[in-house]
Formats: sequence, C-alpha cells, structure tokens
Amino acid sequence: MIRTESLTKFYGTRCAVRDLSVSIADHEIVGFLGLNGAGKTTALRMLAGLLAPSSGKIEVEGRDLGGEHAEDVRWRIGFLPDRPPLYDDMTVRGYLAFAAQLRGFDEAKVPRRVDEVLELTSLGQYADEVISHLSHGYRQRAGIAQAVIHDPALVILDEPTSGLDPVQILEMRKLIRDLKAQHTVLLSSHNLPEISQTCDRLLVIRDGQLVATGSEADLSHKLGSGAKVELELVGGGEAVEAALAKAKAANLISAYGKEQKDGAWQVQATLQTGPEVLAKACIEGGLGLRRLQPLATELESLFLELTKA
Amino acid sequence: MSTRVKPSAFSGVKLIVKRELGQYLSTWAGYVIAAAMLLLSGLLFNVFALGSSPRYSADVLSDYFFYTSGTTITAGILLSMRLIAEERAAGTLPLLTTSSLTDGQIIIAKYFSALASLALFLLLTIYMPALVLYSGKISLGHVFAGYLGLLLIGSSSIAIGLFGSTVVKSQLVAAIVAGVITVVMLSLWMTARVVEGPLGDVVGYLALHDKHFRPFMDGNVSTSNVVFYLSVTAFFLVLSRNVLEGRRWRA
Repeated sequence: MIRTESLTKFYGTRCAVRDLSVSIADHEIVGFLGLNGAGKTTALRMLAGLLAPSSGKIEVEGRDLGGEHAEDVRWRIGFLPDRPPLYDDMTVRGYLAFAAQLRGFDEAKVPRRVDEVLELTSLGQYADEVISHLSHGYRQRAGIAQAVIHDPALVILDEPTSGLDPVQILEMRKLIRDLKAQHTVLLSSHNLPEISQTCDRLLVIRDGQLVATGSEADLSHKLGSGAKVELELVGGGEAVEAALAKAKAANLISAYGKEQKDGAWQVQATLQTGPEVLAKACIEGGLGLRRLQPLATELESLFLELTKA
Repeated sequence: MSTRVKPSAFSGVKLIVKRELGQYLSTWAGYVIAAAMLLLSGLLFNVFALGSSPRYSADVLSDYFFYTSGTTITAGILLSMRLIAEERAAGTLPLLTTSSLTDGQIIIAKYFSALASLALFLLLTIYMPALVLYSGKISLGHVFAGYLGLLLIGSSSIAIGLFGSTVVKSQLVAAIVAGVITVVMLSLWMTARVVEGPLGDVVGYLALHDKHFRPFMDGNVSTSNVVFYLSVTAFFLVLSRNVLEGRRWRA
C-alpha cells in the first residue's frame, strides 16, 4: 500500500537520501534503522509529505504524494515528528478534536473518536489537562494520538521513544504494536531493542541508501552469522544436552553453550531457523522453557555491521 | 474498505481562523495590542485631530483617519508577526502542513484571523468619529470611507507582516522585516519626488499611504485605490504562500 520508487533528496549538493525504493504492506510495522545523519528523518519527512523529494515517487494507497494534489494524499497519513506538534495552551481533548477536524473528520463523530484515541493512548485521565502540564512521556502519547486521530492509513513516527524512561518505553512499545491492528506503521529509532521488538521488518539505511531490509533474523542470516538467542531451560543435564545435540543435528542451531545457574540451564545458541522452531524442539524434548530471547549484544553487532562505512 | 473521505478545505480554514481568533482574545497579547491601539488613537485624536483651535468637523475626521492609519498599520504588523513564526518556533507547523490544506489555504486562514481581529479592534475606535458626528456636521459616508481605508491599509500591513512571519522563525525579527518593508513602501512618495519621468510615477504609485489613502481620509472611495490595497495584500499573500511552499523543497 506504500511504495517509494528511487526516492532521492539533495540539500544543495549533499545527497541525504539516494534511490530509496521500498514497499510496505498494509498493517506492517516497519522500522528505519541508521546512525545519526543516515537520512532517516529526511526519508520520513518525505513520506509524510512535509518535504518534497528531489526526484522519485511516493505512492500511498495507489495515490501519488508528489502529484499536483498532494494535499489529497497527505490527510491519509498521520505523522509524529521528533518534536510533537502540540499546542501547549489547549487541553488534550480540545487539541485532539482540533487535529481531527483539521484532517476532515466528521464533526459529529469527533467526540467519540477522541474518546477512542484517548483510551488507545491511555490519556483518558489527562483528557482535560492543559498540554503544557503534561510530562514528556504523556506529551509523546498526545503526539501519537494526533497522528492517529483521523484514522490514517499510514502512521509515521520519528523517534517515538526519544527521552522516555524504561517503563514508558515498554508502554510505548505496546502502544505502537496496538496501532498495527488499524494502521500501517513506519518508525525510526536509535533504540535497537525497540526496533527489533516492535517492528515486523527493518530498513537499514546508511549514507542515505538502503543497505538491508528484513527481520532481525533475516538480516543476521544474510550476514552469515545467524541470530544468537539465550534460553533458560529446566530439566536434567543429560536431557538438556540431548535436546541441544538433537537440535544441532537437525540444523536448527549451529552452535551452543550452556551453564547451570539458579537451578536452571542458561543456554546460548546460534539459530539456523526461527526461534519458535527451537522452542518447540526443546519442549518436545521434555524440557521446561522459561525464557527465550535474542541477545542484545548480537543485535548491536548486527547494527554496527550494517551501518559501518 | 476504507471509510476515509476527502475533508473540505473550507472547514479546515474556518477551524484555523477560529483557533487564531481565540488565541488573540484569550491571551494578553491581543488585549495589549488592542489597548495600545486605542490609547494611541485616542491620544492622537485629542492632541492633533481635535487640536486647540476651532476646526471644521470634516477636517477633524480626516486628521483622525490620518493618525489612526499609523496605529492600524502598526497593529496589523503586531497581529501578523506571530502567525507562522510562532508555529515554527513551537514546532507545531507540521500539524498544519501535513493536513489536507494547501499552503495557500493555511496562509489565507492565518490572514483572515488577523484581519478579523483588526476589524474588531477598529470597531472599538468608532466612538471617536461618533463624538465628531454627535457634536459636529459630518456625513456617515465619510466615516464609512475612512474605515474602509483603514481596513484596506490594515489588510496590506497584515499581509506584509504575514510575509515576514513566513520568512523567519523569530516573531521579533518578523516584525522588523515587516516594519522595514512597510517603511520603505510608505516613503516611496519621497523617492518619487527625486525620480523623474514615468519611473517616478510608478514609484509614487507604489507608495503605501500617500496617493491611495488620502482620498479615503477625505471620504472618497475610488475603485483604483481599493484595487491597489487588494493588490498589495494579494502580492504579499502569494509571496508568503511561496515561501511556505518553498520550505517543502528546502528542509
């Protein structure tokens, strides 16, 4: 439903984004990953209709965003810039009603829609609070609320977790995943676990060019390293060894290491398949599976590998 | 299937005008501008227009419009300097520029909100011509012509102020930019005196106040003067639209 074709943006003679061609399906959450200055924000601003590309094409629901009537396409998009566009003097409810009507939402249906979005973003208790009184986390929520208030097809979030504390990041992650039911979501972030845990697919951008696309596991596989995971297994030492050896023989994992800790086995393994297949093999081997998670260090090394010059 | 329908541009423009008017009337800035305008107009009316010696009522009214045109121009710039600059400084401009409104419609909405406020402020000054009308002999047509002139010259200054506001992020600098343009346009009548031939006529014609406002002061409405002020307004509104649109190409 969203397609870009050879999208390019020059600032003077400097090329910020070059030949960006991507396709994003309905209800997909896609994350832009890249170092500072890689071109993420420029790409997102072009996709939001805030910035005109130097060349190339953007289509949203089959309509050209760079065409003569770009404004006819822009209202199908919700955008949260890196700094939420909030009117500090308005209440949250008043602001959302204003944003909804500005994007042409039927005036009679606005109060109901505002209530829905307040609930979705957990802003209900602050609905009648003046925006200037909100904390940073709730301002981010209000920013997301304005981006989805008019029920757009595409929601673009530029660094939505910037400046949030760990609890707020977890809540924001859930909120973004909840958006998937109604919208296609495109976001950028420097927070690697957030990108990995929130997005269905990553677009890795370096020096304005798309250098890789796929899930974390896909990207690890393409780099030839395989994603590393950590498991916490409960069972006898022999049973654990047997299950892991069997998984290796079946080519589910390429290597593993284990140590006993707090009455359970901490295992690190390099995946050759999806983590759900390995989980199933462990359980079928008669083991208890307490935890299975990607190793953050692996994600970081993947990020560095893809974004290094 | 999507239930989304294309929003109407008119309702979007109306919404922005309503919000901006609310801003003028709910913050101290609007009241300070109105109070300053009333105070200055009242002082100028008493000291210069009424004067200390007996005068014809029509002359008093003409002088009143002359002095009030100055406060109107200043109020127009003060009302418009924040329109876009404040949105940019606060980071709220993307809310408008990612909506279904064109850049031209955003400029029009901002312009009308300032014009409506200025009209409201001018309405508050009506008691001064009413005093002249009560104690002297003037025609209602003279009052109407004078206020039409004030509204038109105010409209031009709002458009110039709006242009300043699209060019820079700081409201103060926007006011300075608009002030410089206005002073240059006001003083073109002096330049015209030293430029000979048809060029001098053109320069004189472009003077914001001299030839075009004096007929309104004296109670005369001519189409050419109305067209002049509407053209100045349209010119700066188009420039403002182009600057706003140009930002999509730059950053």
